[in-house]
Amino acid sequence: MDTLLEVKDLKKYFKTPNGFLHAVDGVSFGLARGTTLGVVGESGCGKSTLGRVILHLLEPTAGMMAFNGKDISDIGKNELKTIRQDMQMIFQDPYSSINPRMTIGEIVGEPLIIYNKFQNPADLNKRVNKLMETVGIAQRLVNAYPHELDGGRRQRVGIARALALNPKFIVCDEPVSSLDVSIRAQILNLMQDLQAELGLTYLFITHDLSVVRHISDEIAVMYLGKIVEKAESKELFRKQYHPYTKALLSAIPRPKVMKNKIKRVILKGEISSPINPEEKCRFFPRCIYAKEKCGISQPELREVERNHFVACHYYEEINSPS
Amino acid sequence: MSEQILSIRNLTVHYVKDKTVVKAVNGLSFDLGYRETLGIVGETGAGKTTTAKSIMRLIPNPPGKIISGEILYKGKNVLNFSKLGLRLMRGRDISMIFQDPMTSLNPVQKVGEQISEVIRIHKKVSRKDADREAIKMLGMVGITSDRFNDYPHQFSGGMKQRVVIAISLACNPKILIADEPTTALDVTIQAQVLEMMSELKSNFDTSMILISHDLGVVAEICNRVAIMYAGNIVEIGNIEDIYENAQHPYTLGLFGSIPDLDSDADRLKPIEGLMPDPANLPAGCPFHPRCPHAKRECAEMSPEMIEVSPGHSVKCILAKNKI
Repeated sequence: MDTLLEVKDLKKYFKTPNGFLHAVDGVSFGLARGTTLGVVGESGCGKSTLGRVILHLLEPTAGMMAFNGKDISDIGKNELKTIRQDMQMIFQDPYSSINPRMTIGEIVGEPLIIYNKFQNPADLNKRVNKLMETVGIAQRLVNAYPHELDGGRRQRVGIARALALNPKFIVCDEPVSSLDVSIRAQILNLMQDLQAELGLTYLFITHDLSVVRHISDEIAVMYLGKIVEKAESKELFRKQYHPYTKALLSAIPRPKVMKNKIKRVILKGEISSPINPEEKCRFFPRCIYAKEKCGISQPELREVERNHFVACHYYEEINSPS
Repeated sequence: MSEQILSIRNLTVHYVKDKTVVKAVNGLSFDLGYRETLGIVGETGAGKTTTAKSIMRLIPNPPGKIISGEILYKGKNVLNFSKLGLRLMRGRDISMIFQDPMTSLNPVQKVGEQISEVIRIHKKVSRKDADREAIKMLGMVGITSDRFNDYPHQFSGGMKQRVVIAISLACNPKILIADEPTTALDVTIQAQVLEMMSELKSNFDTSMILISHDLGVVAEICNRVAIMYAGNIVEIGNIEDIYENAQHPYTLGLFGSIPDLDSDADRLKPIEGLMPDPANLPAGCPFHPRCPHAKRECAEMSPEMIEVSPGHSVKCILAKNKI
């Protein structure tokens, strides 16, 4: 596998008055060049923190990250600036992630100016125009301000800015969540086209399971700071081993008339506190299969089938046909 | 008594600001039958929420104004109700669940009191009896009685929405209008809330209007579905009519825009272009600039609602050719 990003036992704790909040708690994965890893989970599972730590928008508490074969877990400001050219981010909210007082042309061109890519303003303008064309924003909007644009177009501006420096890797944090369905489909298609054209690698963070299945090659399911299951996208939707994944996937409302209703696993209760979690399976309080062992030890993520990883003590028992 | 619990005829609602007129709802009509659950689906700006607020007479005036039309609740026109009549109606006959549970509760009042308040307003009962009733309601939405004296900030999003549901059902309303009730919730919590809502709805014998942009949520609990675009219903029918035999190009476009969990299509088929600006709607069929099948007459005249099969109507000139 041609690995672009490697993450090992990554941790990010936040200090709170009541103790440490374990937002990301020992996450490991490898991401192959040109592929998409979807990270799914519900609010508070640590998926956004994970994306931000990888980009050094937040400093990791512990763990190792290697990008393009280089250890980036603990790098200085200057090195970070160099490496950031290759790692960009698309944010969830196209309203707050772009500066309302800059024109579209200035927003898209800003990374190029920061990195001093063009000495000649004419070349810079040419590149900005090319970027706007790539993401499908009309040339006439180059001097428009963000408030003149709707959500879908603003998100295109955010994508153009992320592409400006020809990055290899983009963290997409819920890039389509605030968009209407018909616009969402346009942006998803655009992101797929760009990936094919430019060989981009995506870390796609979302809570929307049908979107993640559509866009990802692999999916990692997170629960309270940990990956509980990881597999190839279609494989995961075919077979789930972890009780949380089962519940999560069965909870998706299907836009279909169901002749025979899918057996739905309704989870009891809500996600527990991520502050000072005890040494037990994070899903223990809500799990219908939980046993004594689950309350005293944390299950490790292990490979149960080729490329299918699960963190559950009793995955075999739960999934036996009897 | 009429057959329908609610009939809306030619409802038109505009928002007027300075010199711009935002045409939010334009000549909308539909019926809601007893014990029926009608889903209203549409994108941002389609006029879903304006329709719901019109039924409750909650359109802020100014800038909003109900220009014309009738909203008949059990044959009586809600638009002619007095202030007192509206107070009696809201919560007792028709009640509403809002999208955001974080802002629809009073942050400085105990949740139990917020439920018993509604009961005391509509029924002549003592405070004690109202509190007892409120505790029963909390139990029904799965919240234990020891949380009666808690404040909204002590609850999670899903729990808050349960409280809102308890408030809205406290007086056993005949119609429940739910405006995106699960949009702010996580999917496993959404599943809990949806299951609870359909259970309560059948226990209480309530008719319901569910407003959503999520075709999955609507498929889950509705019998009939109306698809809205630019302030009007473009297609309405039974759930099978819409999900298996949709006729309107916009409805088909919506279904093409959502990834199908059971198929491996690599590309979505989005609707080209954007929602029209409601302050500047195109002439003729409002969908014609984005419609792949648009003909010349689509730009010239607004299509009529055509019934393609019993109970299934489509607002498109193409539908006519199919019968």
